Amino acid sequence: MSDTLSTEHLLGIRELAPEDIDLIFRTADGFKEVLGRPIKKVPSLRDITIANLFFENSTRTRISFELAEKRLSADVINFSSSSSSVKKGETLVDTVNNILAMKVDMVVMRHPDPGAAVFLSKHVNARIINAGDGTHEHPTQGLLDVYSIRERLGRVKNVKVAIVGDILHSRVALSNIHCLRKLGAEVMLCGPPTLIPPHAAELGVKVEHDLDKALAWCDVANMLRIQMERQDHSGPTFFPSLREYSMRYGLDLQRYERLGKELVIMHPGPINRGVEITSEVADSGASIILDQVENGVAIRMAVLYLLAGRIPMDAGADRTRV
Amino acid sequence: MQAVPILESIGFGLTIQRLCYQLIEDHGDLRSTVILGLQPRGVFLSRRLRKELRRILGHNEFLHGELDITFHRDDFRRRSTPLAPSSTELEIGLDGRRVVLVDDVLFTGRSVRAGMDAMLSFGRPSAVQLLVLIDRRFERELPVAPDYVGRWVDSIAGQRVIVEWKEEEGQDRVLLHTAGTESART
Repeated sequence: MSDTLSTEHLLGIRELAPEDIDLIFRTADGFKEVLGRPIKKVPSLRDITIANLFFENSTRTRISFELAEKRLSADVINFSSSSSSVKKGETLVDTVNNILAMKVDMVVMRHPDPGAAVFLSKHVNARIINAGDGTHEHPTQGLLDVYSIRERLGRVKNVKVAIVGDILHSRVALSNIHCLRKLGAEVMLCGPPTLIPPHAAELGVKVEHDLDKALAWCDVANMLRIQMERQDHSGPTFFPSLREYSMRYGLDLQRYERLGKELVIMHPGPINRGVEITSEVADSGASIILDQVENGVAIRMAVLYLLAGRIPMDAGADRTRV
Repeated sequence: MQAVPILESIGFGLTIQRLCYQLIEDHGDLRSTVILGLQPRGVFLSRRLRKELRRILGHNEFLHGELDITFHRDDFRRRSTPLAPSSTELEIGLDGRRVVLVDDVLFTGRSVRAGMDAMLSFGRPSAVQLLVLIDRRFERELPVAPDYVGRWVDSIAGQRVIVEWKEEEGQDRVLLHTAGTESART
């Protein structure tokens, strides 16, 4: 068993080895125990400063990262593009280098452009954690989803997972697919043909357009959010109406009970109740949606801890520019 | 590396027994004192103590736990790799309780300091004591002194003291390893 990550940044799951994922999960087990203590804070990262750079709206991921950082005793600075010089035309590298000039060790970044995290890791001297880059990857979400499956079922290998909904625009789906495949799970994508990427088969996954067939096949159903913001009628629409989507691809109690078997129900949030999933199912015993949120903090603590452990003690003297 | 046994078989068992009687002397039937083993190696001693105390006292109602100190260590980022944690098993709060911290070897005192830090996440004990099987009393780096000691060992920095357990390594014994120039700290 390895005790160190093979990477200095977390840019995507695709770059991780299965051993890295296993190490992150084992470390997260430790942090999960810490989060159950009366005092939920450890001093590991007290000499580390982390900048959370959110160039795109986020509530739960930003809060989850910030809580993880504070539980590890790191110093935290928050930055969002709406209140920054980005609006004045500053480039990404300039923005980040200005922040690093304040002796920041790690950067957690969400950005609307795919590849932004990789770009940043090549141009600035800090550890980069991708908190979502466009439609590319959202690695900590992928890790926490698979960690939650492991927690509920006790294993990941050979588990059958259906990812349902808007796969085309979903960085969550891509990170989940990579993570599940690396740990030996089987993956099926389910949704209307317009929302399934044409290259899906190259990822080693099955594709099914009938939700009932997909649910009959799987052990776990991850019901992705329909991204309403992409249905604004100024561009192409991907399905005729929310009502039609909900009838064909929404999970309600009737459909669930018709299956006659236990499923593990997941959702990365925020939920459009009544669209991709109804309240009876989202709030039922089969749902691990709130476990996902809780595990998110432990997973992010593990990632921050393992990456920070690779920052040498004498760094910092010349960290401002490359 | 040359290994010299410094505690074996009968002596090992007697030492454990003596530590138990010393605990009973101070804590009575031990129903209200928490025996807290430090991960990774102190837990073998705390389990053995409980087994022996059960034999002597005729009951098994000990408050106990196993505490991982990984996230409280002061050498994070000074090692080449971060340490992966062991498990913590502690079902009870420590507020107002008497606690005996248990570790196999006391040397620099840094593990015990981290252990006390981790312990305080579970509440504010009324009193804390330290029990160790081996006290390497030279080269302490922090002001830490044990309350119960199985055996004092006078050793130098290049040496290493390893406690082996029947459950893990097949026999109970304490070995003193002497390395060439290798620096080893337990």
